[in-house]
Amino acid sequence: MSFLNSVFSTKWLDRGDQAGSRTMPFVLLLLVVTFLASFCNLALPADSVFYVSTYTITLLGKYLCYAMLALAVDIIWGYCGILSLGHGAFFALGGYAMGMYLMRQIGDRGVYGNPELPDFMVFLNWTELPWFWQGMDQFWVAMVMVALVPGLLAYVFGWLAFRSRVTGVYLSIITQALTYALLLSFFRNEMGFGGNNGLTDFKDILGFSLQEDSTRIGLFITTALMLSLVLIASHAILKSRFGKVIVAIRDGEDRARFIGYRTERYKVWLFVYSAVIAGVAGALYVPQVGIINPGEFSPVNSIEIVIWVAVGGRGTLIGAVIGAILVNYAKTRFTAIMPDGWLFALGALFVLVTLYLPKGIMGLFDQFNERRNKNKAVDVQETAS
Amino acid sequence: MRNSLIILACLLSMLLSTAHASSDKSTQALLIELTTVKLNKAIPVLKALEENDGDKMLPLFNTLLKGQLYYVKSNKDLLSIEKVDGKKEYTDVFSGEALEPLATKLTKKIRVNNKLRRFLRDSIARIQLSSSEPESREKALISLLSQLDESTINTIRSLKVNESNTSVIELMDVAIAMYALSNSAEATERLQAVRTLDGRLENEVRNLLVSTVKNEADIKVKAAAEKSLASLEDRIENYQFVNKLFFGLSLGSVLLLAAVGLAITFGVMGVINMAHGEMIMLGAYTTYVVQMMMPNAIDYSLWVAIPLAFLVSGSVGVLIERGVIRHLHGRPLETLLATFGISLILQQLVRTIFSPLNRQVESPTWMSGSLDINPVLSLTLNRLYILAFALLVFGLLLLILNRTSLGLNVRAVAQNRNMAKAMGIRTDRVDAMTFGLGSGIAGMAGVALSQLTNVGPNLGQAYIIDSFMVVVFGGVGNLWGTLVAAFTLGIANKFIEPITGAVLASIIVLVFIILFIQKRPKGLFPQKGRAAE
Repeated sequence: MSFLNSVFSTKWLDRGDQAGSRTMPFVLLLLVVTFLASFCNLALPADSVFYVSTYTITLLGKYLCYAMLALAVDIIWGYCGILSLGHGAFFALGGYAMGMYLMRQIGDRGVYGNPELPDFMVFLNWTELPWFWQGMDQFWVAMVMVALVPGLLAYVFGWLAFRSRVTGVYLSIITQALTYALLLSFFRNEMGFGGNNGLTDFKDILGFSLQEDSTRIGLFITTALMLSLVLIASHAILKSRFGKVIVAIRDGEDRARFIGYRTERYKVWLFVYSAVIAGVAGALYVPQVGIINPGEFSPVNSIEIVIWVAVGGRGTLIGAVIGAILVNYAKTRFTAIMPDGWLFALGALFVLVTLYLPKGIMGLFDQFNERRNKNKAVDVQETAS
Repeated sequence: MRNSLIILACLLSMLLSTAHASSDKSTQALLIELTTVKLNKAIPVLKALEENDGDKMLPLFNTLLKGQLYYVKSNKDLLSIEKVDGKKEYTDVFSGEALEPLATKLTKKIRVNNKLRRFLRDSIARIQLSSSEPESREKALISLLSQLDESTINTIRSLKVNESNTSVIELMDVAIAMYALSNSAEATERLQAVRTLDGRLENEVRNLLVSTVKNEADIKVKAAAEKSLASLEDRIENYQFVNKLFFGLSLGSVLLLAAVGLAITFGVMGVINMAHGEMIMLGAYTTYVVQMMMPNAIDYSLWVAIPLAFLVSGSVGVLIERGVIRHLHGRPLETLLATFGISLILQQLVRTIFSPLNRQVESPTWMSGSLDINPVLSLTLNRLYILAFALLVFGLLLLILNRTSLGLNVRAVAQNRNMAKAMGIRTDRVDAMTFGLGSGIAGMAGVALSQLTNVGPNLGQAYIIDSFMVVVFGGVGNLWGTLVAAFTLGIANKFIEPITGAVLASIIVLVFIILFIQKRPKGLFPQKGRAAE
């Protein structure tokens, strides 16, 4: 009996005391599902029961991008207590960097057929490419920008904010102001990012057409791999000494500072790391949905990310991923059935989760496990006596 | 302009219908004669009409001048046909009422030539200048300034003799001087004219002086014109500065109204209410509903709407506090999320009930129009009233917080919750009341905003970030700070706007605040002593 118990016990799943230790099995599960879905799309005929349509693949890819974004928020909110209401800004900046690369790839296939300038610039009577568009036709330059621009913004913003010890709700409000200011700026045509309409009509990426099923599968798998990588890396970082200091800052910043840690430096680097993840998520998102526009900067989007994390359970890494996928799946279903109902549901979700489910789904899961373990302990005691 | 003409025409038609009933045959006959008379013999008919019925003929003359006067061939009825966006619009000449469209061949146009046009213009000027209201005489004169010709000047000269109103006489002098400056051959007369024009602010005077400086041959006249133009530009610049200041104050008053409620809930209670914007929206919709309920008394509807909006938003606020915020005490970030959820629900609720479209709220007549101080500076009345209203609300709030027992309790709880509780203050009741007060004030802000913009489900969203900025900039927990911050940001915004454009101006202000908070995290006027943690 005890042998069976040890085989089927779930203890190996929650080894250690941190909830984040479920990461490895989750990554495995994620990869298995990804490859299974891809296989079902490519190898099975369209009329098979197990066939997965390309639409579903793209949808799943989109969810995984959101999951990565939620992960970025979870890292700073769940582990460091910094509630950023402006993470959509980093996501959008990464997306714009990718969008610029894709825009340059269109070449002379645009409506105006100008080999150098994207359509909207021709439309605005611009004669030459602005300096910040130079070099964006190189994939590697664009990829560097995807990480660099959000990272740099996060560094400057974080350095200013954490150095002067702006914390709590004040920080939340100014991050919201940041994304709002960017929203207003990107709406302007003079900024050179396509204004209101943003960047769209992409044709291909690295020479592969974006309309092809295989390209879409490739993007989906890339997203899943990146998400797995980020999950593992974040798990490692938060397990390390650095991560322990971060959690210490969350639980008592003053104490951590008095002990001798330069808390603002830890916070800035964590913030930058999180912003880069958000930027990468944005870059993966844009080729899959085919458009990036200033709407991504809207403060409401950024707050929505926070609720994904809250639903999944903050400070758990995989909770954020699960929350993002669940909420977005619900959104897809809801908006299809009754479009008006979605905002009611989302609003109610905000209220109910904060009131009754402060630890999210992962918290529920833990509670359930705990109770079962306790029952088991009681059983063992009874048989012993 | 068109609207006012229509209103005028409506009034006239009422007069006319009684006139028709009496034995005013000759006007009727003249109007029929107008449809048949030859082009070169039309002037006597028109003259007779003017003498006969004076200002009642104004719409007729205007229509004829625009070449839109037609008559129905069968019964010689006059009507106006105007092409708007390629579509013909048929209206009654006198009443301005829309008529049934007629087939093109059933109507015939009454033609006009240049001679007739000149006569009509003079005649219209004569009719308007001899109006019994000094204000409408003044308006008529100002509209004439851009199209002065000899016959108009002669009319003005002849009317000046009997004029009693001083400002009308001054304007008449301006008109005569302007005519003299541009037409007189004598340099001395022109110099005299420039002297008369000195100190006037009308746009037409300015244009004339500019062209005089450019084209004048006589050195003395040119020098005089240059001098008065320079002083004119100076004064215009000053007035434009005042104008900008006024718009800044106006924006500031809107920000103050939107933010002062937040200053209480956020500043005094420490609660982040993301649904604050929706409290404003509820107030605006209350105004809309009140107007729907009393469509015949728009002028008084605001007096009903203001207290009602306070009650509606206030009670929703109390409900939110009792139902949600109370349970999240001491967890500000969770409060932020929960109230954001509430804001989504409220927005969608309004969208479901009132449709997602914007609703227009009518302004009462005593709020429309403007206070014309001079031709360059005119302050719109609704903005002026809202400025006064904002200051009034602010004053009332200060009074409540500083002079009532509720205010005393609120301040005590804000300073030290546990101590206040120990002294026997029912803190949970005080919390609910404070939140209700803040939300109610947001509702009143909504009434004011409904007078400036359209009322829509997203109304609150537009102000929430700005309101937070004002409160944080001014220093949390400090009402005076909120006042200073609101007006500073409003004025700064309006002064940057002409240089950079509206969007960039708000971006600059946002970035400025973000940087400011880094420098002084506690705002302009931080709380000192024990209250500050």
